[in-house]
Amino acid sequence: MHHVESQIREPLILGNKTYHQITEDVCRPVEGKANKMWYMVFSISALLALWGLGCICYTVGVGIGVWGLNKTVDWAWDITNFVWWVGIGHAGTLISAVLLLFRQRWRMAINRSAEAMTIFAVIMAALFPLLHMGRIWLAYWVLPLPNQFGSLWVNFNSPLLWDVFAISTYFSVSLVFWYIGLIPDFATIRDRAVKPLSKKVYSILSFGWTGSAKHWNRFEEVSLVLAGLATPLVFSVHSIVSMDFATSVIPGWHTTIFPPYFVAGAVFSGFAMVLTLMLVMRKVLHLEAYVTVKHVEYMNIIIMVTGSMVGVAYLSELFISWYSGVEYEGYAFMNRATGWYWWSYMLMMTCNVVSPQLMWVKKWRRNIVLTFFMSIVVNVGMWFERFVIIVTSIHRDYVPSSWNLFHPTFVDIGLFLGTIGIFFVLFLLYSRVFPVLALNEVKTILRSTGEAQLKQIHAGEHPTVLDSKGAGH
Amino acid sequence: MSTVIYAMYDDDHVLLNGAKKVVSKGIHVTDVFSPFPVHGIDDVIGVRKTRLAICAFIYGLTGMSLALIGMRYFMIVDWPMNIGGKPNFSMLQNLPAFIPITFEFTVFCTAHGMALTYMLRNKTLPGMKAKNPDPRTTDDKFVMEIHVEESKEAELIALLKETGAIEINKKAA
Repeated sequence: MHHVESQIREPLILGNKTYHQITEDVCRPVEGKANKMWYMVFSISALLALWGLGCICYTVGVGIGVWGLNKTVDWAWDITNFVWWVGIGHAGTLISAVLLLFRQRWRMAINRSAEAMTIFAVIMAALFPLLHMGRIWLAYWVLPLPNQFGSLWVNFNSPLLWDVFAISTYFSVSLVFWYIGLIPDFATIRDRAVKPLSKKVYSILSFGWTGSAKHWNRFEEVSLVLAGLATPLVFSVHSIVSMDFATSVIPGWHTTIFPPYFVAGAVFSGFAMVLTLMLVMRKVLHLEAYVTVKHVEYMNIIIMVTGSMVGVAYLSELFISWYSGVEYEGYAFMNRATGWYWWSYMLMMTCNVVSPQLMWVKKWRRNIVLTFFMSIVVNVGMWFERFVIIVTSIHRDYVPSSWNLFHPTFVDIGLFLGTIGIFFVLFLLYSRVFPVLALNEVKTILRSTGEAQLKQIHAGEHPTVLDSKGAGH
Repeated sequence: MSTVIYAMYDDDHVLLNGAKKVVSKGIHVTDVFSPFPVHGIDDVIGVRKTRLAICAFIYGLTGMSLALIGMRYFMIVDWPMNIGGKPNFSMLQNLPAFIPITFEFTVFCTAHGMALTYMLRNKTLPGMKAKNPDPRTTDDKFVMEIHVEESKEAELIALLKETGAIEINKKAA
């Protein structure tokens, strides 16, 4: 029974916590009232969201002519925002699935919120292709449904259709994975609820979970198999998104390294967004004992690694465009770096390749303020990466007479900022009514990774998880 | 006349050792309620390994077959089209382009089929009533449920107290 733990491993749960204390700490925000800070951030996000909703209505009502698109640049902010949001939506399932398969115990403090973030980010992403269809009420035409047009089917050879399947599978599977994990935690809130209304609501949400041995037996099997399925799924989704570009014959898009390069970029930006949200959340909801500096450090290491992978991809793209001897490719990359959009190329390079290298220094990757700043820098960089790939590749057409630039209209800007608003509104609401930490899963690692428990283990005692008033066993 | 005994523990390791002791005396532990999975308890109280993974495999095969049959019908049989010169004369030639959707649809069917089966087998569905004997079992307490003949009740309670149970409750079966 005695658990052996390395002396050098840092605790993942700080302080003298007990099982009950974990329940208290995570349920407090759900059972208590929101503070002023929450209302302030919520109001700002809601205003942005309203602007976004206004722009959505305007776009749907008038048509996408109100965007800044022109004959040459016919894909710009919409697809940039789509890829950016889908990329952000990669961290959640990566954390909960890939890190589960690798038995990384630090995932338990962050997987719940990262998955919530994933789901909201994918909703934001899906909005853009739907709006770009123009007639959004015909969106069901992307499905292979029997129809009146002489049984004309959707094109299964097209990466755009692969995307429909990839995104809808990813969204629905992530949602199910998230909810299955939530059920036992909702049951905890249900069993503690005092007010009749919240008792009723959490009873419905927890689906009558009892936590019997057979329940847990099945729970662990489902989690493992879903993790096994979600792991290749995460990689497939952004690979397929990258094929929207890679299978076309546009210089700058037609490269075989796109799938792994996009996946690395997605993980990179996803972890950055997780950090942005978690650093604020741990402070506001007083969860510093669970989302520790060690967790932040782990995530910063992932950001550094994936950022460097993205950097290698940028450089090999650049090299191959010259080495291939293809004039069009060579020009596309020359134009990216030195043409009209050189500033966005520079921003992309600085934010995504240079800045993550700061994380080699242990002191810096453990610095909360620097990490917060960096997480925003990374997401700015990743937005510009997509912008650079998309707009610079098409704004110089084959015929110089059709060369053009892209200027966003207020609707483009409103849609982008609006989705950020809607995203934060959803996340803030989530943080009020959902258990933001997988509290029952965290309890399973308390005995082997809690700070007080580790001290006992190192002193050669059997670690206890009881309140001081409880008799030690 | 038999009764149900609920023995409550405040530590998962103590409960696990207790269950081992009770079972070694030939007593059947009907169930254990805990806030998180207690590893090792399944073998002790005789909970068999779930067959959900087998179901998942069958759902996956179904999804894969449906995707391949569907795409063959749509793209090869019903309305073949020459799109960008991609070969569409036979399933085999067109297969590479069908791999991504086959994979996605396989995952889709496996994950949702398994999740639904899990909910149905667990009897955890919206509106279901929770049947855990004590609300504290979703917080920090662990409860062992044992069905016992009335004549052997006192003996069992003594045994359970000895294993470190902090609270023992009875209910008529």
